This record gives sequence, structure tokens and C-alpha cells, in this order.
Amino acid sequence: MHDVNAGRAAEAFATLSASAVLVNPVGLHARPSVKLTQSAKGFAARIEFALTADGPWTDAKSPVKVMRVKAPQGATLHFRVTGPDGEAALAAMLALVRDGFGEA
Amino acid sequence: MSSSNSANVGIVIVSHSPKIAEGAADMVRQMVGSAVPLAWTGGDVDGGLGTNVAGILEAIETAWSPAGVAVLVDLGGAETNSEMAVEMLAEDRRARVVVCNAPVVEGAVIAATESSGGSSLAAVKRSAEEFYA
Repeated sequence: MHDVNAGRAAEAFATLSASAVLVNPVGLHARPSVKLTQSAKGFAARIEFALTADGPWTDAKSPVKVMRVKAPQGATLHFRVTGPDGEAALAAMLALVRDGFGEA
Repeated sequence: MSSSNSANVGIVIVSHSPKIAEGAADMVRQMVGSAVPLAWTGGDVDGGLGTNVAGILEAIETAWSPAGVAVLVDLGGAETNSEMAVEMLAEDRRARVVVCNAPVVEGAVIAATESSGGSSLAAVKRSAEEFYA
């Protein structure tokens, strides 16, 4: 019984992907990295991003890993998201990037 | 950034320099927000560069959370005095305080970021220590 349900649950969550361009002048530096990980941590879904559509993929919930990417302004962030709240998570990630993380 | 303050892991910053400790705490507040209990201490009892056990104990008390407290330190004495402070805590609290092997400024910001998402003490420590991994 449990196995059947678990199988169904896994099938139910397709991996969603979308991309957005980094607009804030300094790119994904410390402060935006913190905002990204804080937002990502609010979702159950697995959230990853990469600078190309093929990866390598970075866990958006790890502040250290996110900062290490050092994504510059103009870079395209590709997101892939899997989980029960995947749609909302993806929307939140894209909104943050497009809004320049609230920076001018 | 809401009110769940005291439920998140607390962060304590210990530096030989009170200016560094306070500045690192400012960075945490500005970058991470106020959802994390936070305290800093620095300087010896005469106000010179150094650390003191009483100050560290007080900071741990200030940042106390049932989820525990992660301590970020700079050099030598900051670490040994922090360990001494932990040993002086009541037994039930001792196990819920960890000294992180991480750079004090970066580690404090990362630890607080992790904590603000509701992570456990072990996860907070692990994340801060990723800097040296």
C-alpha cells in the first residue's frame, strides 16, 4: 500500500523548468544569494539552477553553493524544480530574478 | 522574516575585536533579516582585543533558542574561550551549542541564512562549514 502511494507521488511531480535573466548590476552576489536561498527554503520542492540548460546544477537551498556560482549580470539562470509545490516555487524563483532581488 | 524568531537556531559571533563582531552582526541583520536570534561579543574584560568567557556566556544566553545555538569564532582564544563557555552551560543546554569551523563573517551570514529557513542546528553548522569543505 505504502509503496504504491509513494510511486504515485513521485510520478505526480513532473520536473518543471524555466529561465530568467539576471538584471541586477552586481549579479548573484552575497545579498541576492541569501534572498534566493531563503525563498527556496520556503518550498518543499527540490530547486536547482544552472547557467546553461544542461547544468551543472546547483542546489538553490544551499547559500554557499549559490554564492560559488558567481553568476554575473546578464547571465541566464535556468531553473528546474520538482515537488508538490513546484509551480509556486518556480514562479517565486523567476519573480525574484526578474525583480533584481528587490535591488535598484 | 516574521515572528518565529525564537524557534530558529540562534547565532553567536565571537571575535577578538568588538568592532568585527558587531560589524558581522550588522551584516547578518541586513542580509538575512531578523528571523534569527543573534548576539555578538568581542574584546577582553578591559576593553582590549581578546575574548572573555563571561561575555560569550552572555551572548549565548541572549541568542538562546530551543533549537540550539551556533557559535562563529575568529582566532585561537575565541575558539578555546567559546568551548570553555559551552562547558560551563547547564548540561541540558551544552549539547545544543556548537562551535563552527568556519570563517567568522561569512560563516555567520551563511549560518543565519540556513537558520532563517528553519533548519536544524546540525544543518546550520554543516552549511557554515561548507566554506572550508
